[in-house]
Amino acid sequence: MLDVENIQLTFGGVKALAGVSVHAATGKITAVIGPNGAGKTSLFNVISGFYKPNSGQVRLAGEDISALGPHARAYRGMSRTFQNIALFHGMTVLDNIKLGAHTNLKSGVLSAGFRLPSTRREEDRLDREIQRDVIGLLELDHVQHHQVEDLAYGLQKRVELARALVMKPKILLLDEPVAGMNREEKREMSRFVTDVRNNWNTTVLLIEHDMSMVMGISDHVVVLSFGKPIASGTPDEVRANPDVIKAYLGGAEEPAANAA
Amino acid sequence: MNFFIEYSIVGIASGGIYALIALGIIVIFKSSKTFNFAMGEMMMLSAYFFYAATVTYSLGLVAGFCVALAGSIAIALLIERVAIRPMLGRPFIAVVMVTFGIGSIIRGVVGMVWGPNDLQIPAILSRSPVMLGDIFIPGKTARAFAIAVVIVVGLIAYLRYSRAGVALRAAAADAITAYSMGIDVRRIIAFTWIIAAITGCISGVLMANVNTLTPHLGMVALNVLAVVILGGMNSIGGVLIAGFIIGWLEAVTGLMLGTEYREITPYILALMVLLVRPTGLFGTKEIERI
Amino acid sequence: MVSYVETTALRSPAMWFTANRLTTGLLLVILLILPFVAPRYWIYFAGLLGINIIATHGLNIMMGYTGLLSLGHAAFIGVGAYTAALAQIHLGLPFWIAIPLAGVMAAVIGVGFGLPSLRIRGLYLVIATLAAQFILNFVFVHWQSVTNGDVGLTVQPATIFGVSLNNETRIYYLILFAVVFMTWFVVNVIRSRVGRALIAVRERDLTAQVLGVEIVKYKLIAFALGSFYAGVAGGLLAYFNRFVNPEQFGLLLSVFFLSAVIVGGMGSTLGAILGAVFMTLLPELLREGALQVGDTFGFDIALILVPLRETVFGLLMVSFLILEPRGLAQLWKRAKQKFERR
Repeated sequence: MLDVENIQLTFGGVKALAGVSVHAATGKITAVIGPNGAGKTSLFNVISGFYKPNSGQVRLAGEDISALGPHARAYRGMSRTFQNIALFHGMTVLDNIKLGAHTNLKSGVLSAGFRLPSTRREEDRLDREIQRDVIGLLELDHVQHHQVEDLAYGLQKRVELARALVMKPKILLLDEPVAGMNREEKREMSRFVTDVRNNWNTTVLLIEHDMSMVMGISDHVVVLSFGKPIASGTPDEVRANPDVIKAYLGGAEEPAANAA
Repeated sequence: MNFFIEYSIVGIASGGIYALIALGIIVIFKSSKTFNFAMGEMMMLSAYFFYAATVTYSLGLVAGFCVALAGSIAIALLIERVAIRPMLGRPFIAVVMVTFGIGSIIRGVVGMVWGPNDLQIPAILSRSPVMLGDIFIPGKTARAFAIAVVIVVGLIAYLRYSRAGVALRAAAADAITAYSMGIDVRRIIAFTWIIAAITGCISGVLMANVNTLTPHLGMVALNVLAVVILGGMNSIGGVLIAGFIIGWLEAVTGLMLGTEYREITPYILALMVLLVRPTGLFGTKEIERI
Repeated sequence: MVSYVETTALRSPAMWFTANRLTTGLLLVILLILPFVAPRYWIYFAGLLGINIIATHGLNIMMGYTGLLSLGHAAFIGVGAYTAALAQIHLGLPFWIAIPLAGVMAAVIGVGFGLPSLRIRGLYLVIATLAAQFILNFVFVHWQSVTNGDVGLTVQPATIFGVSLNNETRIYYLILFAVVFMTWFVVNVIRSRVGRALIAVRERDLTAQVLGVEIVKYKLIAFALGSFYAGVAGGLLAYFNRFVNPEQFGLLLSVFFLSAVIVGGMGSTLGAILGAVFMTLLPELLREGALQVGDTFGFDIALILVPLRETVFGLLMVSFLILEPRGLAQLWKRAKQKFERR
């Protein structure tokens, strides 16, 4: 579904990504892991269009989207969550989730302002869909009318996932979905991500620190170290790879200046 | 053509006061990323303090100026403590609106206390014109320029070489690191408000001397602010140049189009710059961490 | 309003709507019969209030919902007022064309000033709107041949079906209709895809992009819509005062609307209404109070009235921003919750 080919990215002479390729297969969960400063977040920002790579290509469902800005990528079916939660304060949980469907709706100022039947139908349909597909799946019904900033951290992460889902994306990018969570919350989040994949056949690409989560739910794992891919395969293959073990345990001996 | 050169020189000379105002705006911006829309009103209030001290209470010029300066600093510290400090960490437009509101309060209070009419402060500058070759510069303008330049240069030197100046630059570069190194950022911010009060007081008294004193004396600082923001808020040098550019432009448009155009010249310039170079003259595109 | 209320009401929005419809209906009936029971001065006042509500909605769309600070709102209201006046004088257009035209003209000119700086973040828009305030006011004063300078223009009363809206009661109904319509419209926009996108732009513009919200497009929409509201308010004001002159649209009026939005509560339609009501009543109360004081101490209060307003507007802005940034709407909500808990 998503093919990231040979990405090179430098910041003022420092190589953040050196020839990274990732392929997220349709309906599978693909994970990118690596120690701090391996370039995971840079990779995500390249995929969502915030950073322009020096070379390389990003293809979504076969189409080259390398030249597109973030919002155009959203219109082509890419959605993502953020490492540090990026919800909109001053809105309810429900309104935050509705924002995720922005690209699927059409109303402009006039049809919205006059509350034309087209807008009314569109909003009603969206409401029904959210109630039916997302609120239940992610167990958010008891908080949907709460102000989003009043929610606990774990719940906010879930709202962000819900918002990324209502777009019905072709590819769902999750940026450290369990960062900062306790064990219970991590287990829940892992379950939600697999539920999403199983129920909707969504293609998921995630980056994560937490090895147990990644190994538990991923179909395919890519390991980055200092901006370079050092291994890729099933969780079991990766776990057994000596380079990976070295990167995680011996990382301190590498020059830290390369960190991006 | 001769006229043009003469007006240009007079304009640049009146730009000296603007540069002083600009300096007051930028030191506060450097310490706390606050755009002080009340700068003009602080300056105008200082001039009224000077008026009260010298005319109402018949103090001498020097004593009167000291009183005005003390009053200005007290007001600046009050503003910083009561209205600016609680806004730390809030969105910048909220802080802008607070300073804008403070400007409105000062304008109103001055209007209530001293009334809307023009007042005359005692002449501190000689009227006798200065000749530059065969170019004639009005005496007050020339002397105000000289004073402004001396103060500006002195303050810049002070900010460059004093401990406080170094601390300010450290705080401007990275407030958190500076804080962890034992620099009290809040005191630095208060310190920059004092600097602004000083530049405001001097420019206010000079301005009231060149023109007359009204509650709208401070409006000119909005023009300065507009051009300063366009010039980019990073370099003190660039900002000073912006001050001179306004003075020059006002004089030249006054000559070519008529004096009524002077008040909108800086804004027309601002819009033109935005059209040609939307990130400001010396600005760079910022990247937000996500 | 709905977005706001949904965010605050813990009961279901559907229930809120039913309750709300009832109150709204009741309020409408009261407003409709008001001219039959209230003194004429009140009706004049209600008309002014209505115009201020529309203009405050406009600034709230820009500043409250989208986070675009405008210091030139008064000038855009002025553009609307002059457009309506000139459309009547030179083109003989009826009010029901002239007023929407006033809105469109203000939107066009507003976008013209805003466009270059909407592309970037930061203070540039503030400067551009400040420039609009001064430059447009300059045009009102100095474009003698069109605006008649400081003297201004005289406007004939609006007429509908041969009835001339030449007193405060008749124009009151026109304004009432406009307020209800404009409020309904903004509520609808805010509870739609467009309104959500505006708030997203305000809160986190990069995240909004990831969701497919084109930031510049929505900033432009907010700016155009907000200026349109200002223009309509200006058009109504022209028919209400029946004259237009530059003095009405100075910086002080921009400060007035800034205070109204801040005091009411940024990003709340209910707040915009509360703020406009509060800020319109306040100068009257100030005047009454000052007259009393003046009588007692025997000095001419008229001299300090304008600066007194300036002071109080500024004080309100600053204290609400520091102490209650969500404004009267938040206080209202809290009071209501307290009341309901009993």
